[in-house]
Formats: sequence, structure tokens, C-alpha cells
Amino acid sequence: MTKPGEYYQRDRMWHPPAYDKDYKTSVTRSPQYSLISLQNSVSEITGPTFGHNDVDPLDNDLIKNYAQPGQSPIGERIIVHGRVLDENGRPVPNTLVEVWQANAGGRYRHKKDTYLAPIDPNFGGCGRTLTDENGYYFFRTVKPGAYPWRNWVNDWRPAHIHLSIFGHAFAQRLITQMYFEGDPLIATCPIVNTIRDKAAIGQLIAALDKNASVPLDSIAYKFDIVLRGRRSTMFENRLEGN
Amino acid sequence: MTQSLDYLKETASQTAGPYVHIGLAPGAAGFDIYRQELGWDIAGPNARGERIRVEGIVIDGTGSPVKDVLLEAWQANADGIYAHPEGGGEVEEGFRGWGRVITDFATGEWGFDTVKPGCTRGRNVGTQAPHINLWIVARGINIGLNTRLYFEDEAEANAADPVLNLIEWERRRATLIARRTERDGQTVYRFDIRLQGEEETVFFDI
Ligand SMILES: [Fe+3]
Repeated sequence: MTKPGEYYQRDRMWHPPAYDKDYKTSVTRSPQYSLISLQNSVSEITGPTFGHNDVDPLDNDLIKNYAQPGQSPIGERIIVHGRVLDENGRPVPNTLVEVWQANAGGRYRHKKDTYLAPIDPNFGGCGRTLTDENGYYFFRTVKPGAYPWRNWVNDWRPAHIHLSIFGHAFAQRLITQMYFEGDPLIATCPIVNTIRDKAAIGQLIAALDKNASVPLDSIAYKFDIVLRGRRSTMFENRLEGN
Repeated sequence: MTQSLDYLKETASQTAGPYVHIGLAPGAAGFDIYRQELGWDIAGPNARGERIRVEGIVIDGTGSPVKDVLLEAWQANADGIYAHPEGGGEVEEGFRGWGRVITDFATGEWGFDTVKPGCTRGRNVGTQAPHINLWIVARGINIGLNTRLYFEDEAEANAADPVLNLIEWERRRATLIARRTERDGQTVYRFDIRLQGEEETVFFDI
């Protein structure tokens, strides 16, 4: 009998370090002491669960979920779809995926965003969905615009969508950003470049997926998300029984 | 050449950015979109145990409050059971044990209402002292920070807690202990989080 065990250790060389002086805000917000390593207890292998009472069917359609009746937001109509997997390649079903993004002009519907590009009256900019039994998810939205931000004087964020994913354990909790294939701003973005490993950056760039497009309607990008994997061991499993 | 192991790599983290509220707390960003936002009710109406409020502030390396933080809390119920298939049993109807709060844009203060959790089972043997697991994201935080809040009035359980005891520098353990106070007859635990400095909060790689 095998029972799932602990989660694989997070690869901290793959994730961005807390401190990166080229992403200036991180300088005073990065812990200076080393993290204390915890072996998983019940507090880490458990996490919140979500169900269909939490999410409405339209929540994953950013083209419709804030638009006036009969109207739709300005911008390139896109589908973002993919699977949430773990490091063992197994699907992560029934997990909450939340997204947020700027509108096609690069402006966020946020009282703190003062960029001069206009608010789109038909675009909220957030969505959420649960993965299905195969770990599959999708959103419909418009492609976000690039926007300037105060870091160096002339820094521009590449087009991106923010994603928040839960998995099935608090140890799997993750927030990341998805970029778009072919965007020349990716290479010079200080936030992208907090990640040291080129392959790790590549994993954040969604591929244009023409096969998943809806002809004459929306073009698709594929974005798979990988959460921490878990030991399933036939050997000693100390989490079991305790 | 050796065979490849075929594991996938975990998707790398990126900062939640300054507009995290749009996605996770749109009401705070200034608009109403969902039938119901998530994470505002941690314990639910039927939860057993002592009703408490937890409050604090997140302070950066210059000593200033961080005003664009989003925190998530994960805790067991008063019996030490997490609302999860592997949480150790059944919880009260409506008890989720998970909450999400943001800091006030003007002051940096955050707070949530819940019940005090019980002792939870330890990793191998024994128990862990009552605690709330916290996860903190914000602009300038490249990967979410994990910490734990313990309770001042659980001195005996805290002294035996395997996680607190893992912290070699005993002085630093104090950064994880919330101070018990009272306001208008309600129990309020104060838990300030320091991202840097001499009193930097202990953060965990979980
Ligand atoms: Fe952004």
C-alpha cells in the first residue's frame, strides 16, 4: 500500500531570490536571514479546498464578466488554456485558479493605477475557475497591453497575466505571471529577470496555440502550470499515522 | 549520458505586484464583480472555541508599513483539525480554516476574525502548539513568504513546539508569538511582521 507522503523540496535556485537590486522594491522587502527549513507536518500538507459553490460559470470569461449587456471589451480576443500538473506530471484536479490583468491598453481597473491609458468600461480584469478532473482550465479574455512602471526610468512590463494557484496543500501555494510568446519586452523586464534560470523563464511564456483557436473569433495561448510534486513512497512514510 | 528522470519543474514564482487586489480582492481595488469574494469568513458561524481577532502590520526594511500586502491564513479548528481530507477528522459545518486579508492602503493595518485553533498533531510524534499558518505576498516579494503565528498565552505548548524549537536562535522565536490584548471585551492578538532588521520575523521554507 502506498500513501502520498511529503512534498518535494522547493528548488530555491529555480525560483527568484527574495533580494534583487534591479527590481528595486525587493530591496527593502526581502528577508535577510535564511529561511528556516521545515519538514512537512499536517499544517503544510493540508490546504483550503474550493468547490462549485465558490465560483460562478461566467467567472472565467473576462470578455463577458464585467461587460455591459451586448458590449465587449476592446482588444485582441484570446483564450488562455492549459493544465495544472504536479512535478510528477500528474494532473491537479479541482483546484482554484485566479487571474488578473491590465486591459488592452495596459491599464488596470485599480484605484492605485494612474497610468494615462484609459479604463475600458467593459473590462474588469479578473477571473477565476476550477480545474476539471484532468487538471484542465481555460479563460477567455483580451490580450493585456504592456505598461510602464517606476523602476528604472523607462521600464515597461511585457504583456502578462497574473495567476494564483492553490493546489491541494498550503505547501503548493503559488503566484506567478504568464507572458506571451514573441514579446520583445520579456528579455529586458527586471521582474522577469529576477529569475536566474533561462529555462525557468521559458516556462512562464505561453505558446501561441493555433489549434485551440476559435476560427474567426479568438486566438489561443497554451499555458501549463506545474505545482510541487509529492512523494508516493513504498518506503517509510512518517506522515502517516504519526 | 544517464537516463533522464522525467520530473517536471515547479513553475517559478513571480511577484503578486501592486494590483493583486484586482484578482484576489476586487472590492478593495474599487469594483464589484463576483457574487462573492473568497476568504472573508475563516471559521464560519458554527465554529467551536474562543472567538478571537488577529491584527498586525507588515514593516519593511526602512521601518515603514507595507501598504499593499495580501495575507492568507490557514489554520485548524479548536480541536486541531484542518478542513482537508488529510486534516485529521471532521470539522464543523462552514469551518474552512482559510482566510484572505489585505492591508489598509492608508495605514498598512490588517486584521481578521476567527477562532483560536487547537493543538495539531506533530510530524512524527507529539503535538504542535496552536498556530496559524500565514502566507504573505506583495509587490517586491518575489516568492510568497511563509510564517506561523503562535499565541502568547500558550507558553507551555509553545515551549514544547517542534517548529519553534527548530529555531536555533531562541531570541528569534519571539518574532512568532502574538501578543494577547483585549479591546471592548474582545480578545485581540497583535502580530507585527518585520521583513528585515534586527527583529526580522522568522520565515520558513515549508
Ligand atoms: Fe501586472
